[in-house]
Parts: sequence; structure tokens; C-alpha cells
Amino acid sequence: MSVLVYTENWDGKFKKLSFELISYGKELSKKLNTELVALSIGNVAESELQKLALYGADRIINVNKSELSFFDAQLYNSVLAKVTESVGAKLILFAHNNTGKALSPRLSVSLKAGLATAVIAQPDLTNGFIIRKKVFTSKAFANIKINSDIKILSLLQNSFGLLEDPKNAVIESFDTDMDFSDQKCKLMDVNKVSGKLILTDADIVVSGGRGMKGPENWGPIEELASLLGAATACSRPVADEHWRPHEEHVGQTGKVLSPSLYIACGISGAIQHLGGISNSKYIVAINKDPEAPIFEAADYGIVGDLSKVLPDLITAVKEFKA
Amino acid sequence: MKILVCINNVPDTTTKIKFVDNKAFDSAGVQWIINPWDELTLTRAIEMKETQPADIESVTVINVGRADAEASIRKALAIGADNGIRINSDTSDSYSVAFQLSEYIAKEKYDIIFCGIESSDYNGGSVGGMLAEFLAIPSVSSVSMFEIKDGKVVVKREIDGGNETLSVQTPFVLIGQKGIAIEPKIPSMRGIMTARTKQLTVVEGVACNQLIEFVDFDLPKAKAACRKIDAENVKELIDLLHNEAKVI
Ligand SMILES: Cc1cc2nc3c(=O)[nH]c(=O)nc-3n(C[C@H](O)[C@H](O)[C@H](O)COP(=O)(O)OP(=O)(O)OC[C@H]3O[C@@H](n4cnc5c(N)ncnc54)[C@H](O)[C@@H]3O)c2cc1C
Repeated sequence: MSVLVYTENWDGKFKKLSFELISYGKELSKKLNTELVALSIGNVAESELQKLALYGADRIINVNKSELSFFDAQLYNSVLAKVTESVGAKLILFAHNNTGKALSPRLSVSLKAGLATAVIAQPDLTNGFIIRKKVFTSKAFANIKINSDIKILSLLQNSFGLLEDPKNAVIESFDTDMDFSDQKCKLMDVNKVSGKLILTDADIVVSGGRGMKGPENWGPIEELASLLGAATACSRPVADEHWRPHEEHVGQTGKVLSPSLYIACGISGAIQHLGGISNSKYIVAINKDPEAPIFEAADYGIVGDLSKVLPDLITAVKEFKA
Repeated sequence: MKILVCINNVPDTTTKIKFVDNKAFDSAGVQWIINPWDELTLTRAIEMKETQPADIESVTVINVGRADAEASIRKALAIGADNGIRINSDTSDSYSVAFQLSEYIAKEKYDIIFCGIESSDYNGGSVGGMLAEFLAIPSVSSVSMFEIKDGKVVVKREIDGGNETLSVQTPFVLIGQKGIAIEPKIPSMRGIMTARTKQLTVVEGVACNQLIEFVDFDLPKAKAACRKIDAENVKELIDLLHNEAKVI
């Protein structure tokens, strides 16, 4: 028996979320008295793979095949099912991101394993295996019991801290012994944002709404974000009006974030917007309307005009950083 | 090509959420709608049928649910779907819904099965992927663009920090999200009239094993009141974020 963690690399480098998953998995594997196995698919250098051991991986399984150079959910799932079987995993962990959302449901069917997605805490093991997640777009919580022998969880990003627990793990290369000749999906084009902080990975997010008045006013948002090492985001009408790229749209129909700090500038706080930000640890609202609903969701608020508050805030952050 | 669009029937997004004894969702007085993501994928399917009739033979909608979901199916027909199917069953979790769908689809022939990336009620986000695995066909998730060019299916999917364009062989499951259509299509008066005459078939559900169970529900605790900072003294915000919240 073991706990298996699906890690993800980005051009050969692991993302923070993989270390988060391993930290979470390690805590759980200790409680269950089993080993923690990390799986990496792709071309990753040994020194990078070893980083997984830093957070507690007892074993590191490496699958490096050219046919798996791009993500095909069906193929990746068959690899995962094989690895699960070979290491006797009873618990498999994914991040609740694009890849995790694509893979975990398929694996659930392959293994007849109960799946809980967007999990926000360690399971309660006192009476079976009960996990907690948000439902109704963050308007409520549910406790879900998984009854199957094998269980799968996908974890909400930034919900768990990193915890170092160095191990001496061996890197094992795994031969899938599979025929990949019949590829049904073909990659035609890749478009990656480079050198920019990825919104869903960001620890701090500075976001603008319709109250910013127009795309020409985004300079201060970008400046504040770069001073704080933050990513930029926006509300839906802002993306719909093409003031900002649609990748930045946050909310019920856009991205769901879980940063430590979300700074909402000129965002009224509609329920659909809150659905995307209520997992934030802290919310700051800047709005000229003291009655704006965003203040009900916010921890800290400034009632004022953005054309003045934002430049003042930038000056204050510069002084603070100095 | 024949397209099947899976639609879920969910509480309106502005619904105030309540539970009966913390055990089950209290549906009293609730307005039901088509799940927003399903509505977007449906919109795209219908746009394609209208603009490329040579490529799209039909658009069918399917729902697993009880008779009260038929208003949403009728709405989908009014938006432009050709016919509807309801699998008569309770919906206890994503796994059983996907299983019910797969049992039906395995007997029919559809080229592309559309699902939304998640439902706004239980936020499972797993029906599409599970369905594809039950059917042993490919799935492409987080799809923000769908086209048919020279008879070939081309999709764009979002990846963390970018996107990829793929061509995919049918049959496959397309799991759609924002971007696949811009605004949900609103039914026209004529659409509403013709929807009444379109076929809505009801088939009985099949039994399925339960792997998970919802134990109970609770509501978030009231949040502490927002701490207001004087606009003339934004430095105080930086102090609080640094010393109190410890996030910068
Ligand atoms: C099915 C559905 C799904 C939706 N999904 C989403 C979603 O995913 N994400 C999303 O964001 N929205 C979504 N919406 C839209 C949502 O209901 C709101 O319309 C939207 O969030 C409002 O965006 P906003 O806050 O930027 O604009 P507004 O509501 O117009 O608010 C602008 C705010 O800026 C303030 N302001 C104006 N000028 C200034 C100034 N000079 N200084 C300071 N403050 C100022 C105003 O007081 C106001 O509070 C959805 C709606 C529906 C029906």
C-alpha cells in the first residue's frame, strides 16, 4: 500500500503545487503508516526530480517517453492506472488544476475509486475517510465520505503549506510497456505565457473591475502587481469588453483562485465574482461606494477614488520595500 | 456529425443556499437553470449547426434527472437543440451520472459529446472525464474554442499559463469552459414555440454502485466585519498586511 502523488513539470521544472501536494501527501502517508510515491511524466533532469524527495517522497517514479511529450488525458490515464497497480497505491493525489481536472475523473473510473475534487483540508480519519470541500460555488461546505478501497483526491491550490521532510529517494524509471502508436489527439500549436506569473499559481493577485474605467488606466494595477510580485486579474465585464485578456477573468465562469492576498480595485463584489475569490486568505477592497457588496467579503477596505488611492498605495509599497 | 450536449439542471446562481437538517439541499422556492458551463457549450454546438450545417447533422441534449428538470431541457430545445433525452434517475454523485450517460450513449452513436467543465451546484467537475473513460474514448478538457475545419475537429484547451490547439479524432468527449462561446444564446419567441413540438424522450435509469456519499453540509461562518482604512492613510493598509495578516 502507498500514497501516490501526480506531479507536474513545466518545461522540466516542477511547480510549487507539486511540492504542496507532496507535503499534503506526506502528512497523510504518516497517518496511514505507508510510503509516499511521487510520479513524474515527462523529461525532467535528475537534480529536479530529487527536489520531490526534499518534501518527503520516499520513491520517485519517472516515466519519460517521447510519445507522452504532450498531455493526452486518455494515454496519461492508462500510464497512471499501471503505476497505481505496480506500487499498490490506495490513495492518489492530484492538483485541482487543468491537468488534475482532466485526469482524476478518468482514473476514478479505471480503478473504480471514489473521487473527491477541490479538497481544502486533510481528511478526517476517525470515522472512515471524510473529506471537506466547498460546494455551491463557495456558498457552502460539504463533508464527503469515500467508501471505495482506492481513493482519489484533487486538492485546491494554495490551500496547504510547504513542509520540508527530506528523504533519500531513489529515482526509478518505469517502463509502461504500452503501445502508443494509435494517438487520437494531435498537438498543432502551443501558446505559453512566458516570463509572466501564472494567475492560478500566484500568491498575491491585484485585480481590476469596471471601476477602473478603461484599459488605459491599468498602468497602476500592473505597477502595484509587479512591486508585490503579484499576478493581475479582472472581473468578467472587463474581459468581455476586451480591456484585459480573458485569461485574467476571475469568478464563477472564469478562474477560481486561492491566493493569500486578493486586492480588488473597482470591483462591486457580485456573487458570481466572489465565487472565484472566496478561497483567498485575505481580501482587500478599494471602492468609492461604501455600500458595495465587496466590503462584505473583504478583510480590509478603503473607501475612495482609485485615481488617487492606487498611486498613494504604490508610493506606500515602494517605501515599505525600501 | 451528431453532437450530444450533456446539461445539468442547477439552482440559479443567485440562490440563497439552505439545507434541510444539514443533510440535503433545500430546494423550496428555488429557480432552476441550465448549468452555466453547459449553456455555453450548448450555445457553441448550436452556433456551429447554424453556420456549418454541412458538418453538423444534429444537436441533441441529454439530462440525468427527474421530471422537474424538463423545464431546462425545454429551454435547451428553445435555444435550438433538435431533440432532448432525459434519463429518469436521481443524481447522487458524478460517478453515477456519468455511468447513466455512458449506458445510454454506448447504444447510440454520437461523434462528439459536450460536457461543461463543472456544475455550479456540487462543483465536482468530473462527469465529462468519467464519461469518456466509461466509453473508452478520448477527452479534451478546459476547451475554450471548438471548430470544424475541412471536416476535422480543432479545439483549443487552456493549460496553466497558456493554451494548446489540438486536432482530435471523433468520437470524443469535449469538456468546455468559458471562451467556447461568449454569451449564452437566448431563446427567441419562435424557438420557444417550436420547442413544444420537439421530441423529448424519457428513458429509465440503471442502477449504479455508489463510491462516495455526502455526509452533511454546512454554511460558512459569518466573516468578521471589514476593517476600514482611511483613504488618506493607505500606509496603514501596508502595515496591517505586513504585521497582522502577514501576507506581504
Ligand atoms: C451567469 C453569470 C455568470 C457570471 N460570471 C461572472 C464571473 O465569473 N466573474 C465576474 O466577475 N462576473 C461574473 N458575472 C457578472 C457579475 O454579475 C457582475 O456583473 C460583475 O462581476 C461586475 O463586474 P465589476 O465589479 O467589475 O463591475 P461593476 O459591478 O460595474 O462594479 C464597478 C465598481 O467600481 C466602483 N467604482 C467605479 N468607479 C470607481 C472609482 N473611480 N474608484 C473606486 N471605485 C470605483 C463602483 O462603485 C462599483 O462598485 C456573471 C453574471 C452572470 C449572470
